Amino acid sequence: MTLIAKKIDRRSFMKVSALAGGGMMLSFSWLAGCKPTTQAEVMELPKEWFELNSYIKIGDNGVVTLMSPNPEFGSNVKTSMPMILADELGVDWKNVIVEQADFYPERFDRQFTGGSQGIRQGWKPLRTAGATAREMLIKAAAQTWSVPAEEITAGAGTLEHKASGKKAGYGEMASLAATLEVPEEVKLKDIKDFNLIGVSQKNVDGKKIVTGKPLFAMDHYPANALVAMVVHPPAFGMKVKSLDESSAKGMPGIKDVFVFEPVKEDYDRNFFDVNSFSNLVAIVGTSTWEVMQAKKAIKVEWEITADSSFSMAGFGGNKMTVKVPGGVESTEGHKAAMEAMAKGKVNLLRKDGDPEGAFKKAAKVLERTYTAPYLAHNCMEPMNCFADVRADGATLYGPIQAPELIRNTISARLGLDKEKIQINLARMGGGFGQRAYGHHMVEAAVISQKVGAPVKLQYNREDDMTYGIYRPTYSATYRAGLDENNNLIAFHVNGGGVPESPVHANRFPAGAVDNYLAEGWSVESNITIGAFRAPRSNFIAGAEQSFIDELAELAGKDPIDFRLELLERAKTNPVGERNDYEADRYAGVLKLVREKSKWDEPKSGVNRGVSAYFCHNSYVAEVIDVVIENNAPVFKNVYAAVDCGIVVNPDAAANMGEGAIVDGIGNALFGEMDFVDGVPQKNNFHQYRMIRQKEAPRHVEVHFVKNDIDPTGLGEPLFPPTFAAVANAMHKATGKRFYNQPFMKEMDVSRSRI
Amino acid sequence: MAVFNLSVNGKKQQVDVDPATPMLWVLRDHLNLVGTKFGCGIAQCGACTIHLDGTAIRSCQMPVSAVADKAITTIEGLSEEGDHPVQKAWLEHDVPQCGYCQAGQIMTASALLASNPNPSDDEIEAAMNGNICRCGTYLRIKAAVKTAAANA
Repeated sequence: MTLIAKKIDRRSFMKVSALAGGGMMLSFSWLAGCKPTTQAEVMELPKEWFELNSYIKIGDNGVVTLMSPNPEFGSNVKTSMPMILADELGVDWKNVIVEQADFYPERFDRQFTGGSQGIRQGWKPLRTAGATAREMLIKAAAQTWSVPAEEITAGAGTLEHKASGKKAGYGEMASLAATLEVPEEVKLKDIKDFNLIGVSQKNVDGKKIVTGKPLFAMDHYPANALVAMVVHPPAFGMKVKSLDESSAKGMPGIKDVFVFEPVKEDYDRNFFDVNSFSNLVAIVGTSTWEVMQAKKAIKVEWEITADSSFSMAGFGGNKMTVKVPGGVESTEGHKAAMEAMAKGKVNLLRKDGDPEGAFKKAAKVLERTYTAPYLAHNCMEPMNCFADVRADGATLYGPIQAPELIRNTISARLGLDKEKIQINLARMGGGFGQRAYGHHMVEAAVISQKVGAPVKLQYNREDDMTYGIYRPTYSATYRAGLDENNNLIAFHVNGGGVPESPVHANRFPAGAVDNYLAEGWSVESNITIGAFRAPRSNFIAGAEQSFIDELAELAGKDPIDFRLELLERAKTNPVGERNDYEADRYAGVLKLVREKSKWDEPKSGVNRGVSAYFCHNSYVAEVIDVVIENNAPVFKNVYAAVDCGIVVNPDAAANMGEGAIVDGIGNALFGEMDFVDGVPQKNNFHQYRMIRQKEAPRHVEVHFVKNDIDPTGLGEPLFPPTFAAVANAMHKATGKRFYNQPFMKEMDVSRSRI
Repeated sequence: MAVFNLSVNGKKQQVDVDPATPMLWVLRDHLNLVGTKFGCGIAQCGACTIHLDGTAIRSCQMPVSAVADKAITTIEGLSEEGDHPVQKAWLEHDVPQCGYCQAGQIMTASALLASNPNPSDDEIEAAMNGNICRCGTYLRIKAAVKTAAANA
């Protein structure tokens, strides 16, 4: 198949006439300057660079610089996205230097990392950018050699006209190519001709990471910057009543102490403007340790908040009013509220057939309720941000997944035109959704504006863990009816949470059951929530796939067979119009994991659980083997089968998959944040248990379905199914079902009963 | 404030700071050695691991006043060219995802191998258990430690 890319986005190809010189780089790599990467140190750097488009510069000696547009939080976009460019451009990866682009919407599309969409949405634009530059080089060679462009081949950084024997490196043609008209249409490579996509390449920042080079916003130490920390209320539903400035102001190194409001009252918020507290205390000083001492000593009086509301644009842009109840909340209260809501008036999300009639006719009915607590992201790099706000503009450098939206927020808060706000993109020490929310950047900007100096805002771990923006707490009740032949004839899910429902009504097993009912509900709260690796899916997959496992057991069927049976129904005779998955691809990963895990050759002493889920446009099935030692699970083997279309960087993709599985096991066993009177009950890693080396599985295999489908999500899809694979394997090992996360608590309960 | 003479990565350094200041912040705020990371501040995550006379310690809990004349090694000083066997093994296994915890992981691993050149799986797990990796690269970390042991 030959792909022709039309409608090339003009902003990627914005021509700047002065480009063909050494000064063409605009604001790229503000932090790193033009310091060569480690890889570049062994390359001879060119005397002159020629820019073919926003993503690609070619040096007179053939060395190529590729701009990586999206912020990197560990999902490998900084390596994988330039690989897509390089393959279409036709260059040797060893001649490539990758640079992180700063936030620059005039030149780059969608500089957002999240929702597992980087590669999926970057695929076509990046291929087009690479192919366009290649075509311009070919045209330059055609002009120079006076031969038809169609007769010139390009690859491995070389242009060749076989008939005349003419040959040139890209570097020799780059100067002319940069002056040519950008073609309206370009031919993309055939998938079979990819020679870089699909071939594992090492992380482009690997050497810098293992040698401790400054890569993160926190590592940015301009000579004149002050250090700032904030003190936020000790509980959700509280705010600052008064500050005793004298309690900290005279302390060594302390320059200023004040109360500020991160959001102005009349501000219409965007989707990622989540602020847990209406006011905060800022402490500004000369060194981190001194500010930390003042933070311990400072005296603040707090008060309970009243009910409030604000206007916010939803993810699709539609405005809504968000109500925030005043006062302090507790986990016990949330549990009672969720139980009441589930039994009360719920929202109908989807109904097929006659569920209640079918339940009446059912020979067997199974009903189970699943719950999970709030989770904190706990990125290893605590929130921080450098901000330098001046009268004529502002520069910010901080870990952020969504720079475009936060620039609007900062602009509104500072009263500065957004064009005057420069956001530079740091490598992030983890993201997981937490850094889609840029409250830390706004806080740094407000503090810098107030003190009239550049500041480095630094959260400590306690600030980070207790600020909010958590994965919500959820509850879901599943009910299913089997007929006398153990066929699934009725299915009902009723799920909700604080403050959102986790139910995806059009996902499996919708479409596979004649009589299907999905309902949702939610409870208002002032404890802030946000995206957390595979939002909603990260709970509902575990609930659904645990329930399906128990249902298969009740039906006396093998759990993989039972799922395949349902998927066959969804494929051949689907129920309803809107089913958000392709049954064939879903079945494909189950079949692959069955093969790779040798599911059909059970071994004694091996307790296995299976789970499969579709989210972020990708399909994943996992099999986990567990044994119980000293009343704790030891995960011996994990097999994952993934269909995410074409895999750009296979070893990095496997790494991401392994990590998501480890993350899933950790959160399933230990993840939990509870509240008493609005106070988060954990504030650092001595209380919040994270998975560690000893609890990691001993062996993990991630297998990818090979196909020619355009790439889909990868960072999130392996995470949600892990919870149920863990629960189902632990059921095999203990005879006990695990309905309530975190599962280790349930293990402790069973031990205390013994 | 007090003046301290330190030996950091083989170089003499002088700082004038509050004696209670943890080495973590002396390195980061005062000596421009930012490879050592702040993770928890209470010795629970291992991101700030450095060597003190060759032993892995958590620099967030080590006041500068307690260092005296002991030799401090940070990730920047582990090798001249970034070619310590542990660093090489980390690259070979392409361990990092976000990369933030990895300096601490590498400092713990290199101290382990210095005292125990051929650790068992259990010994690796025990030694590395104090270092959290939120991205979950534990399997590659363990594999890289074994490779480094084999190549040292």
